[in-house]
Amino acid sequence: MNVQRRRLLQMTALVGLMASAGLMTQAEAATWNKAAFEAKTMDDLMKVLGGGAPQQSDAVTLRAPDIAENGAVVPVGVETSLKATEMAILVEKNPSALAAMFIVPAGADAFASTRVKMGQTSNVYALAKVDGKWLMSSKEVKVTLGGCGG
Amino acid sequence: MASPMRIRATEKDGIVDVRVLMKHDMETGQRKTPEGQLVPAWYISSIEAKVGDKVVYAAQFGPAVSKDPFLHFKLKGSAKKGDSISVTWADNKGETRTDKTDIK
Repeated sequence: MNVQRRRLLQMTALVGLMASAGLMTQAEAATWNKAAFEAKTMDDLMKVLGGGAPQQSDAVTLRAPDIAENGAVVPVGVETSLKATEMAILVEKNPSALAAMFIVPAGADAFASTRVKMGQTSNVYALAKVDGKWLMSSKEVKVTLGGCGG
Repeated sequence: MASPMRIRATEKDGIVDVRVLMKHDMETGQRKTPEGQLVPAWYISSIEAKVGDKVVYAAQFGPAVSKDPFLHFKLKGSAKKGDSISVTWADNKGETRTDKTDIK
């Protein structure tokens, strides 16, 4: 029996317990939006996020390539000139649509850029929450090599 | 212990440009080993950037974010040159890591 591994397992269990009991003050454990990240489709996701169906808007910019050679690393970004409080990046045909969410406090620019995995060619959506409503812009990204198999 | 992040924060014309490169496998929970067993999901779920005690930017990731996640964001007003910015991530197994850097 590997003692170190045992100890690690105990630690992990303890942290999990603390998190579920609300003892952990760090934002992570508590605020991660589980329902949103587990929503399979966009419709399900929008129900979780609230604010109604997203509206197409020119003010939201989605930065994504036309063709991604490697679906494991697709650079995507979202940006808006409006006063957004939250932003999200969605990949429609991934097992779960939501890839990442960004919380933008006052004093931060409504800008986010990251890299996501895409299983196949799909529409990618950039969402921004402005005045309680979701605005979006979308684009199809062609994937020549999927990134969710391995 | 998780590997350190690489953080670069630079100020130009009042906008602080922050780039963070985290070191994490970001297992999706969809992948199988050659023996056909599912590799359990293991990914960074939350990221928080702070200047002093104030949260200046936060993000939540799902397993769809690429391995060794990269995050780029900009601050306009909530940080200035010389401030120390700290970034903390937490993964779905409860492991966390914090690194900091000075804004140049």
